[in-house]
Formats: sequence, C-alpha cells, structure tokens
Amino acid sequence: MNMTPEEYNELTKQSSPRSPFIKDFLMAFAIGGLICALGQAIMMAYQSAGMTEEVSGSVTSVTLVFLSILLTGFNVYPKIAKFGGAGTLVPITGFANAVASPALEFKSEGLVLGLAAKMFVIAGPVIVYGTCASIVYGLIIYLFGLY
Amino acid sequence: MTILIALLKAFLVGGLICAIGQIFIDYTKLTPARILTGYVVAGVILGGGGLYPKIVEFAGAGATVPLLGFGNTLAKGVREAIQEEGLLGVLTGGLGATAAGIAAAVFFSLIIALIFKPKSKS
Repeated sequence: MNMTPEEYNELTKQSSPRSPFIKDFLMAFAIGGLICALGQAIMMAYQSAGMTEEVSGSVTSVTLVFLSILLTGFNVYPKIAKFGGAGTLVPITGFANAVASPALEFKSEGLVLGLAAKMFVIAGPVIVYGTCASIVYGLIIYLFGLY
Repeated sequence: MTILIALLKAFLVGGLICAIGQIFIDYTKLTPARILTGYVVAGVILGGGGLYPKIVEFAGAGATVPLLGFGNTLAKGVREAIQEEGLLGVLTGGLGATAAGIAAAVFFSLIIALIFKPKSKS
C-alpha cells in the first residue's frame, strides 16, 4: 500500500481509540454512578420497610460493604475495577475492597501479621487522617461554640 | 416517578464525584490510598463547612456512598456528639458515627479472607 506520511497519520488517527482520558472519565462516571444509584435503591427499600433515614443510611453502607467484600472474594470486584477506575475506588465499596483484598492476598503470611495487619494497609491511613480531621473540626466548633 | 428522579440524582452526582477522582488518577501521581484519604479528609472539611449536607439532601446516596460522605459522617457525628456529651464528643463522635461501616468491613473481610483462596494476579 502506497501512501504519504500525512495519509498514514490520518489513518492511524482514525483507527486509534478515543483519548484514554475521555474513556476513563466516562467509565468512572458510569460505574461510580451505578454503584451510587444501587445504594439509593437499597436505601429507599429499607426506608419503605420502616427504617428511619439515619438508620437506613448506615444499613445501606453495611449492605454495600458486604456485597463488595463478597465480590472481592469471588474475584469479581477487581474485574469491575479494571475498567471502572475511580468509579470503583471512590465509593464505600472501594474502601471495603481495599480492606478485604490485602486480607485475602496476605493470608499466607499468617492470620495476625498477614491477614489482619494488611487489612489496614489502605484503610488505616483513611481512618487515621479522617478521624484526626474530625477531631480538629470538633475542637474548633467546641472552642468557638459553633455546634 | 419520584423514585426514578431520586435514582437519577444519585447516579449523576455520585458519578460526577467518582469521575473527578478519575481525573486525579490520570493527571496526578496520587496513589489510590492517597485519593481515598484525601476524599475522606475533604469530606470532613466540606461536611463541617456545611456545604456537603446540602449535597446529601439533594443527591441522597449519590453523596453518602462516595468516601466524601464518609468524611461528612465523621464531621456530623462529632457535631452531634458534642451537643450530647460536650468536649468528650470531640473524640467519640467520628468513629461512633462511622462504626457500622468500619466494623462491617473488618468483620466481613475476615470471614471472606478465611473462606476464599487468593487469586493469582494475571
């Protein structure tokens, strides 16, 4: 096939996929949005079963955490994460996956320093900085009477 | 119809919050652990500042399911605990309000890790 470099460039441009950034962004949006919509559906189901808004929110979190960890056990969540990117990381299901996944992976290194310790490789920093930020916030509103 | 609108709001707002996280992954060198940590701390700040509760009111699970909502719950827990217990609430409020999610993650992870075999990464 004879073609000029310009023609060749044009051809590769057409056949190469859309910029990975746009695709990543849309996939994260779609998968993350679906996980949140699933959470909303679960929450409304609990509310129509008579739970208060506050309780249904917590129980929804627990339900999503359970589903995510179960899917991590079956190696399904990592597969969704492969194309969901931040859409599977940012929801609470991603936090749950970050607890379960190293626990499973490092089980072979023992039940104490393997499984249990590695649970907090990612969850630990989240809890440390989240809790400390909330304490700083609490001190500020306590001292200034803003609560 | 109201159910559909609630689901759509959750999808759109939750999707947007996740897509912003994707921008951090693609355009910065932030690791997933740092993004999760950043989202929770940002949630404490946005929740404490009063903006995030309004997003929760609008989007429901679209705002509570992402980790920003986890941070928002930490801030809300501290605020409510101070109202009930005074200064002690500064310490008890955050983890108290998020205890269900954290305890569930730890407990279910232990069970699953004991039952299942790790998959080889291919």
